[in-house]
Amino acid sequence: MRYLSTLAKGIGIAAVAAAMLSAASAEKVLRIVPHADLKNVDPIWTTAYITRNHGYMVYDTLFAVDEKGHVQPQMVGKYSLSDDKLTWTFTLRDGLKWHDGTPVTSEDCISSIKRWGKRDGAGQKLMDFTADMKAVDAKTFTLTLKEPYGWVIDSLGKISSNTPFMMQKKYAETDAFTQVTEIVGSGPFKFVKEQWVPGSKVVYVKNTDYVPRSEPASGAAGGKVVKVDRVEWVYIPDPATTMNALANGEVDLWETPAPDMLPLMKANPNIEVAVIDPLGTQGWLRMNHLHPPFDNPKVRQAVQMAVKQETYMQALVGDPQYYRTCKAFYMCGSPQESTAGDKGYLEGNMAKAKEMLKEAGAVGAKVVLMQSTDIPLLNNAALVTAQILRDLGFNVEMQAMDWSTLTSRRAKKEPPEQGGWNVFHTYTTGADAQTPVTNIGTSGGGVERAWFGWPTDEKVEKLRDAWARESDPAKKKELIDELQAQLFEVVPFANYGQWFQPMAWRKGLKGVLVSPVPFFWNIEVAEK
Amino acid sequence: MYAYIIRRVLSTIPVMAVVAVFVFLLLYLTPGDPAVVIAGDYARPEDIERIREQLGLNKPLYVQFFTWVGNVFTGDLGISIFSNMPVLKLIGQRLEPTLALAICTMIFAVVVAVPMGVLAAWKAHTWVDRVVMIFAVLGFSAPVFVIGYLLMWVFSLNLGWFPVQGYKPIAEGLGPFFASIALPTIALGLVYIALIARMTRASVMEVLTEDYVRTARAKGVNNRTLLMRHALKNASVPIVTIIGVGVALLIGGVVVTESVFNIPGLGRLTIDAVLRRDYPVIQGVILIFSGIYVMVNLLIDLSYSLLDPRIRY
Repeated sequence: MRYLSTLAKGIGIAAVAAAMLSAASAEKVLRIVPHADLKNVDPIWTTAYITRNHGYMVYDTLFAVDEKGHVQPQMVGKYSLSDDKLTWTFTLRDGLKWHDGTPVTSEDCISSIKRWGKRDGAGQKLMDFTADMKAVDAKTFTLTLKEPYGWVIDSLGKISSNTPFMMQKKYAETDAFTQVTEIVGSGPFKFVKEQWVPGSKVVYVKNTDYVPRSEPASGAAGGKVVKVDRVEWVYIPDPATTMNALANGEVDLWETPAPDMLPLMKANPNIEVAVIDPLGTQGWLRMNHLHPPFDNPKVRQAVQMAVKQETYMQALVGDPQYYRTCKAFYMCGSPQESTAGDKGYLEGNMAKAKEMLKEAGAVGAKVVLMQSTDIPLLNNAALVTAQILRDLGFNVEMQAMDWSTLTSRRAKKEPPEQGGWNVFHTYTTGADAQTPVTNIGTSGGGVERAWFGWPTDEKVEKLRDAWARESDPAKKKELIDELQAQLFEVVPFANYGQWFQPMAWRKGLKGVLVSPVPFFWNIEVAEK
Repeated sequence: MYAYIIRRVLSTIPVMAVVAVFVFLLLYLTPGDPAVVIAGDYARPEDIERIREQLGLNKPLYVQFFTWVGNVFTGDLGISIFSNMPVLKLIGQRLEPTLALAICTMIFAVVVAVPMGVLAAWKAHTWVDRVVMIFAVLGFSAPVFVIGYLLMWVFSLNLGWFPVQGYKPIAEGLGPFFASIALPTIALGLVYIALIARMTRASVMEVLTEDYVRTARAKGVNNRTLLMRHALKNASVPIVTIIGVGVALLIGGVVVTESVFNIPGLGRLTIDAVLRRDYPVIQGVILIFSGIYVMVNLLIDLSYSLLDPRIRY
């Protein structure tokens, strides 16, 4: 009997110990594999999407874009515009605190907007229109414009890089070209700097002091309710290893699964694959407008006529479920979607394209095509373009290089024979491409202000500017149609398609939000 | 002997200097600009120039080089352009996984390969020899990543014995550590097993034809003693040499293995830094790698005198 009693006590103690251990290990951890390694932590200093995503973890924004693409207040409780449409007044909502426990103030927000305004394109434009920003009290501040500007709220709610994240004044006063190294945000997660191993792991813990909005989460807007204790970003560079880790339950979510892994993952009953980004990505075949043969708009139009989006999408993505052909310069599915100005472009009409090229007198012209071999999507796009240009009658010289080399080379304005270039490929997310202000590829600002390739067109610039100033949706729509028609003539880039990057996660994970940017609040982790 | 060691240690200085100059020039003459990567797509030329100025990239090449060399002498390998963390700290974070993988692989390879090679030599031209040599050819031929995925599929996904990826430091316990390092060690070790086994076989076969081996046999020395005391010991100099040469190969193999098994080691750090032109990190890592390589070869040279008393320094 004594032995039985001792045994029972032993079992009891073991049970209590097990319960304690279980409680200690009951911490809910969401392990995700991000699309890239977090190299730096200041989302104003860099435009890297991974740093933007980090920004959304630890910082908060004054306004935010919801699932339907509408801008909603986030840190702001109430806001108003004066009758003369020159003064915006913003009041912060109650309960906003920095991670060090101090309250978020108007001064913090003004300094943050100023710093962002020095680095971001939309921010720079907003600052051009801004006469002054003043703190009225600890929670209220005003932004006074020099003249009415229709893109104030949209700028402050800009969803993608550089997103205007709010920082403490002492950090926001850091030079915009110097990294902020101390991460004290007011967002739903706290960054655990001591556990950050660049190239391997980033750790965030729930900010228990965060007061979410009462509205349900929707895109970047609404209540950012955190349903896990800890989020770990586990960077795994190899796609096959990532897929195996997901199948084995070692990670919960993979942000950007490789296209060739999708069939395997879809066949796995424990993995769910879905597209959460409604806008997707837009491909650009960028031509250099400074040098022959693409300094002639007729030649660029001929290329635009020869490009067949379907061919590119097959080569880049494969599964039609994850792409669509879309000629709109400002994305299909966005409020700026338009069909204006299309003359049968981007459908691979080779006969017509050859005729146009012959008229332009550019048959046999040499084209230097920069091929980025370390990014499979861009490599494939370059191969397709090379064949199209050869079929069209160009003498194509492909120059293989890594993306880092390409980004330096594309800045060269010299002719191709002196180290310059004629063509390269890139892509941009729909979040950036959906408006004339944020889609830098459609700028016609020439050598001084346009993006690499330097398209020059005064009418395009005037229309972009008019669109930004306009606040009437109907007039905005008219301006978009006119702008797109002009863009088809100028051909700042040949749009080679729109595709949608799916996300993969373990079945049982709930609450993944629909948005062009991945967010990790609202997600519930299933019991394993 | 001591004079030789001092001479050899001192001789590493010009070697390291050459490596430093070569790496520095190679990096700075390679196209690519970290300032452009940092500045992002929206940056104006003046923004890029400002970043370049802040990073000191606009200074003349020789100024940048001597600044870097001066800092290295004070133990400062610089600051990562991207993460803004000291290079020494980044290397420190990554050193343990890489060293653990390299050491485990070497031990595993030597423990398996030397007996295999001796056995193949002893049973030369029999089926045992053929099996060992087929294994060696396979080890040479199969790329590390193929072996890695196969091991992962069998032992992680199907049998569930080991994790698919990741690294657990020794501080978290020997069990998790060995579980995380087992498959990478086997994947990376196969090529070294092949290399060392072939060299061992050739060396031992050569020694087995020597007069003193025949004499030992005539004296009635048993096979085990003959192989281990007479043959293997006298064949060990080329085997140890090939182990030393293997360290250079190992460093290359570690890069691939770390990627396949997601081990946050120096190899991954190097690749990431190269792709982004994070110059201070690349320079720091290569300096460390070359230092390790030079030191390993010094140790190998010194071990010759222990293995063969006729060798004197």
